[in-house]
Amino acid sequence: MSENKIIENRTLVLIKNALLDGEKRDLFIENGRIKKIAKKIVEPNIAALLEQPDLIRTEVIDAGGKLTLLPAFVDIHAHLREPGFEGKEDIKTGLEAAVNGGYAAVCCMPNTNPVIDNEYIIRYICDRANSLNLAKLYPIGAITRGMDGQLLADFGKMRDAGAVAVSDDGKPVANANMMRLAMEYAKDFDMPVTSHCEDISLVDEGVANEGYHATLSGLKGITRAAEEVNVAREIVLADALNTGVHIAHVSTKGAARLVRDAKRSGIRVTAETCPHYFAATDKLILNYDTNAKVNPPLRTEEDRLAIIEALKDGTIDAIATDHAPHQKSDKACEFNFAANGISGIETAYALSYTYLVKSGAITLKKLSELMTDNPAKIFKLEAGKLEAGALANLVLVDNSAEYKIDKNKFLSKGKNTPFHGLTVTGQVVYTIVAGKIVKRNGVVAGHE
Amino acid sequence: MFKSLLDIQNLSVDEIRLIMTKAEEMKKDIDGDTLDVAALRGKNIVTLFYENSTRTRTSFENAGKFLGANVTNISIANSSVQKGESLIDTGKTLDALSTHLIVIRHSASGAAKLLSDNVEAKVINAGDGMHEHPTQALLDMFTVLLHYRKFEGLKIAIFGDIKHSRVARSNIWGFSKMGAEVTVYGPSTLLPDGIDKMPCKVARSVQDAMKGADAVMGLRIQLERQQKGLFPSISEYKKYFAVTDAAIKSAKPNAIVMHPGPVNRNVEMTSDIIDGARSVINEQVSNGQAVRMALLKMMLAGA
Repeated sequence: MSENKIIENRTLVLIKNALLDGEKRDLFIENGRIKKIAKKIVEPNIAALLEQPDLIRTEVIDAGGKLTLLPAFVDIHAHLREPGFEGKEDIKTGLEAAVNGGYAAVCCMPNTNPVIDNEYIIRYICDRANSLNLAKLYPIGAITRGMDGQLLADFGKMRDAGAVAVSDDGKPVANANMMRLAMEYAKDFDMPVTSHCEDISLVDEGVANEGYHATLSGLKGITRAAEEVNVAREIVLADALNTGVHIAHVSTKGAARLVRDAKRSGIRVTAETCPHYFAATDKLILNYDTNAKVNPPLRTEEDRLAIIEALKDGTIDAIATDHAPHQKSDKACEFNFAANGISGIETAYALSYTYLVKSGAITLKKLSELMTDNPAKIFKLEAGKLEAGALANLVLVDNSAEYKIDKNKFLSKGKNTPFHGLTVTGQVVYTIVAGKIVKRNGVVAGHE
Repeated sequence: MFKSLLDIQNLSVDEIRLIMTKAEEMKKDIDGDTLDVAALRGKNIVTLFYENSTRTRTSFENAGKFLGANVTNISIANSSVQKGESLIDTGKTLDALSTHLIVIRHSASGAAKLLSDNVEAKVINAGDGMHEHPTQALLDMFTVLLHYRKFEGLKIAIFGDIKHSRVARSNIWGFSKMGAEVTVYGPSTLLPDGIDKMPCKVARSVQDAMKGADAVMGLRIQLERQQKGLFPSISEYKKYFAVTDAAIKSAKPNAIVMHPGPVNRNVEMTSDIIDGARSVINEQVSNGQAVRMALLKMMLAGA
C-alpha cells in the first residue's frame, strides 16, 4: 500500500487556463497540495524541481479558459447507509456519487444498522472509505446509544477513532435534558453537535408541510412549529450552557429567524440548509411524487425565499446535501408509506448554482464559502483553498453548461430525486481529492 | 370516457353535467323497470377495500351486478398494508385476472392515483385517505340537483370534521364548479390549514354557516378524534358545532339535510334532524346507486 500511496502523492497535476475569480490561471499540485498558482506555469520546469522524476507522473488538465476552479465541496450531512442498508447505498457508491458531485469530503450520519454509536463502527467506516481513494469520509457518531434517546454514546472513544461530530439525525433527541447532557458532555471532547430539529409530538404522523397543498392532496400536514420548537430549544440550551450547536437542514422562515436572532445575541449557533429547500416547494406533493417526500418536508414559496435570504445574510452558514438514497421499492408506494429522503449529492452544485448564483441571489465566491469553507469550519475539517500550500481538494466546474438532470446517470444507488428532467446550469467536470484526480472530464474513476 | 375517476378537482363542468344526465337516465330506468340488465355482461369489476365500508362497497357491488357485471369483493385489513403485497403488485395481479375496473378505497391519500398509474384496468376512487371521495360528491350533487333542478346560486353548508374529510373536499370542488356557494364550519382543530384558499367560505359560527343555506350537510365525527384531543367532549361539540333544531333555524325554511353516513346520532346531528322532514339521507343512498351504475356504464360500456 505505502509504495502506491507515495506514487499517488507524488503525482503532479498541472491545471492550465482555469478561471479563478474570472481570471485565467495555471495551478500546480505536488504531494497533494497546491504548490503554486500563477498566470502561467510551464510544464517542463516542474520535473526539474523533483528529486526522483522517474517516480513521477505529470497530469495536465487544460481548462481551456472555460472551466472555473473552486475548492472541492464539503458535505457535513449525508447518509451513506452502510452498514445495514446496502440496498440503498454503500460507502463505495456513496463516495463515487460524492466525487461525481464535486465533494472531496463527506460526513455520514449514524442512522445505519447497527447504528454508528461506537468506536468500532467508526473505525470500520473510516477503513472502508480510506481503501477506496475517493472522497474523504468523516463519520458522525450517534448522540445516544442505538439512537434511542436513553444513554449517551462514547463521544471520546468515537472521536479518537475518527468521528468528527455527534448527531441523532433522523431520530432526534426528544428529551430536552438528554440533549442538554449531550451538549455539555460534547464540550469536553470539542465535538460539534448537529441537531435534527423535529418535535415528534407536533409532527403527529404528518407526511407533508401543513398548508394549502397538503390540504388539497389530503396528506396529513406537519406544522412548521415542529421544526421551530426544537430549533428554539437547542438555541436556548446552547445559550444556557455557553456552548455551540449546529442546526441541521433549516427549512422554514421561522427557523431561519430564530437562528438569525440567536446569532445577533451572540449565541454560538450554526446552521445548514439543503438545495431542495431553496430549489423546490411543497407544490411537488400535489401529484403524490414520493421522491418529493423528505424530512423536514418541502415548504412553501415564502419559506423558500426566506431560506435564500438567510443564505445571503449569513444566518445559514452552510449548504449540506442530506443525501438520502433509497431503493425503488422504498418509494414505489403510497405517499404515506414512502421513505423520506432525496438522493442529492450529485445535484447539489447544479441546483445551488442555478437557484442561488444564476438567479443573482449570491456570488459564486459566496456559494463556494457555503459549500466548502463554512461547513469545514463548523466541523473543523481541512478543506481545499485556492492558495499555495493548501490541500489540493479542487473542482473544475463548467458554469455555462445547461442540461437536464438525469437520475439514471447518478452513481448513487438512490435514483430518488424530484429534480429528474429539470434543466439546470453548472456542471462538475473534474474533482481532485488531495491532488488525485477522481473525476476526470466528467467521468468518475472506475467508470471510464 | 375517462380512464379513471380519481377526484372531482380535475373533472370539468361538462363532465359533471354529463354524469348528472346519465345518472338521471339511470334513475328513470331503475324506477320504470326498464333497466338493461345485461349492459355490463362479461365485464369484471373488483372492489378493493383497504378500509371498512358497508354502504359504499355494497352500493358499488349492487351497481355492477344490476347491470350484469361480475363483481368480486376483496377486503384487505388495514394493518397488513405495510407488511403485505404492495398496492402496485396487487393491481398488477388484478390486471392479470382480466379485471376491467377496480373500485378502490384506501386509507392513504393518493392511493387511487398510484393504482391507476400502474394498472391497465380502469379505476374508481371510492375514498382515498383525506383526499377525495368523488362518487359521494357526485351522489350528493345529484341529490341536490333533483331537489332544486339547478346548482347556480345555491348555498351549501358543510358542518363537522372538514380537516379529515374526503367528502368535504370532493363536495367543495364539485358544488363550487357548478356555481353553488359552499360554506364550511367546524372547530378550528378540525379545519385544515389553507382551507380559505379552496373555493369555499369558512364560517365563524353555526348561525353564520347556516344563514340562507339551501342544503345542510353534516359529516361524521370520528369519535377517536376526541380521544386525540381535537375537541374536548361530545357534549361540548354538540353544543357549539352540531346540526341541531336550533341551529338550522338560520337556514332557508325548506333547506334539505344531508349526511354521507354512517351517522353518529346526537353527535354531529340530532335525531330530530336526521329523521325529520327535511332529511334526504336515505334518498342520498338510493341516488348513490344510480350515480354509480351510470358511472360504471359510462366507463365500461362507453355510454
